[in-house]
Amino acid sequence: MRFDKTEISLAAVAIALVLFGFVSPGWLIFLLTIAFAKALVVQGVVMQMRSGLVSFGQGLFYCIGGYTVGMGGQFFGIHDAIAALSLGMLVAIAVAMVLGLLLTRYRDIFFAMLSLAFSMILFGILVKSPELGSTDGFNVHNWTIFGWAPDGGESSQHTVFTLTILAGLVIAVLIHRYTKAGIGVICEAVRENEVRVEYLGLSPRWLLYGNYVSAAAVSALGGGLTALATGHVDPEMAYWTTSGEFIFIALLGGLGHVAAPFIAAVVFSVVRTYAIELVPHTWQMILGFTLLGVIVFLPKGLWSLVSRKKAGERA
Amino acid sequence: MTVILETKSLNKEFGAVIAAKDLDVRISKGEIVGVIGSNGAGKTTFINMVTGYLKPTRGEILFNGKSILGHSPRAITRAGMARSFQVAQLFPEMTVLDNLIVALAAAESPRPSFLSPLRSDKRIARAEDILREFGVENYRDSLVTAVPQGARKLVDIAMALIGNPQMLLLDEPTSGVSMDEKTGLMDTVMNAVRQHGVTVLFVEHDMDVVERYVSRVLAFYSGEIIADGQPSAVLADERVRDLVTGHRPTHKKGNGVS
Ligand SMILES: Nc1ncnc2c1ncn2[C@@H]1O[C@H](COP(=O)(O)OP(=O)(O)OP(=O)(O)O)[C@@H](O)[C@H]1O
Ligand SMILES: [Mg+2]
Repeated sequence: MRFDKTEISLAAVAIALVLFGFVSPGWLIFLLTIAFAKALVVQGVVMQMRSGLVSFGQGLFYCIGGYTVGMGGQFFGIHDAIAALSLGMLVAIAVAMVLGLLLTRYRDIFFAMLSLAFSMILFGILVKSPELGSTDGFNVHNWTIFGWAPDGGESSQHTVFTLTILAGLVIAVLIHRYTKAGIGVICEAVRENEVRVEYLGLSPRWLLYGNYVSAAAVSALGGGLTALATGHVDPEMAYWTTSGEFIFIALLGGLGHVAAPFIAAVVFSVVRTYAIELVPHTWQMILGFTLLGVIVFLPKGLWSLVSRKKAGERA
Repeated sequence: MTVILETKSLNKEFGAVIAAKDLDVRISKGEIVGVIGSNGAGKTTFINMVTGYLKPTRGEILFNGKSILGHSPRAITRAGMARSFQVAQLFPEMTVLDNLIVALAAAESPRPSFLSPLRSDKRIARAEDILREFGVENYRDSLVTAVPQGARKLVDIAMALIGNPQMLLLDEPTSGVSMDEKTGLMDTVMNAVRQHGVTVLFVEHDMDVVERYVSRVLAFYSGEIIADGQPSAVLADERVRDLVTGHRPTHKKGNGVS
């Protein structure tokens, strides 16, 4: 297998981050773990945005990934982190394969609202499930990785961090290739002109379906990692404000590069952390202004700062 | 001669508007057919029905002897009937090269790959050949939005031809193209078409263009075909002169009826 420049850079950054994990303070490790895990969910949102669809319900797959990890450990004796994460992705794929049949008939606001509806249905079910802790959710069982059990908070936090970075790297490389592959480019073509795609003998619906299911798997992985990192899952994961946050981060980063959601998720976490410290009651306002600023001055997201600089260097 | 396309009492009504009325058309393999008719005569509606974009109110459509009624545009495309559009249908925010590469990949397989790159060296080389064949190689890396109308029309037609269709329907290939570019454009298209041995039906308002390329003309008026035959005969027909072409004293009078 050959790797291109982007892939090598991604790997270099990932290795640097893993090493950084050994010297960085615990709070920062935690912030980065959550940010990168969420970035994976955002990758799912971005994959769909490329095809012209905005999912207001990506929290559905975030929640499915998280709850599968949680329930696997609590009820089914699945304590291996990799097995639980994989299972979460499989469940998400199965659910997406069913929902996708209906959702791919819809476009624009109808798609957005229907995706939202499905995530709110899951939210409703979870809230009404006392066995799953209703609104409080429940804690994730202690887990192992390749038979090894991290001892205590610090060590497990560090393990999830490393796991998240490595998973993030693998997914980033895959998405980078996916974006340039037939499905990725033709999904953009669907966004541009569905009629033409149809008259090339392709099925826009099948393309969007494949893309929807792939995006669900990626988002579920993000949910699973978040569950491992926080040690807790609750129905809030499927609530519409959670999905809104993913769209926020997607817009913040832009669609320009596979790295953008990761950068945007970190920026988002930092801005939110400081905003909450600075103005505990009106921190949302600061986020609001941030988004306003990005939309007005950087309509293609934070990544345009990087691509502009690159273009400048070339010129 | 083998019939490639046949319609039997094809009808299309939009509310009170009758856009197609009992159309019985038979086109043989290898024919180059021109379709004329004033605005709103039902030319585009005919193409839309035949290619599965619009469902006829009544009637039957046979392609190579088999019914394609109710088939999706993509099924009809895969069966070997391609089309271009009155307003070029491209991917506006992509480069011309990428437009062609997408069409090439689509022609190879209805299931695009998930991980191998779309822009392979082989496809790029093929797309460059096509750009040259259609004389639009200068626009290789331009976004479609930055490309003039005439070139867009050519790319649109090139994309339709990439799937090696048996039949090609062109909806006003020269509309939006300046007078002096028209012949060049049509020559390019017709050369490509002849090389592929494709049956062609094209809609055209300019009678000079029609006479130059076709062996047969269908004249549409108000959803009906009022004349069908050799160009000289159809263009001399009194009803056609009354209702379609206007009383052109001789050749060379602007755009015909647009
Ligand atoms: N989708 C539609 N809904 C309602 N009426 C339509 C629709 N499409 C076409 N029509 C009507 O059907 C008639 C035939 O239209 P059509 O577009 O086929 O004409 P045309 O011969 O292609 O004209 P032009 O030369 O302007 O392209 C017109 O009266 C038009 O208004
Ligand atoms: Mg028309």
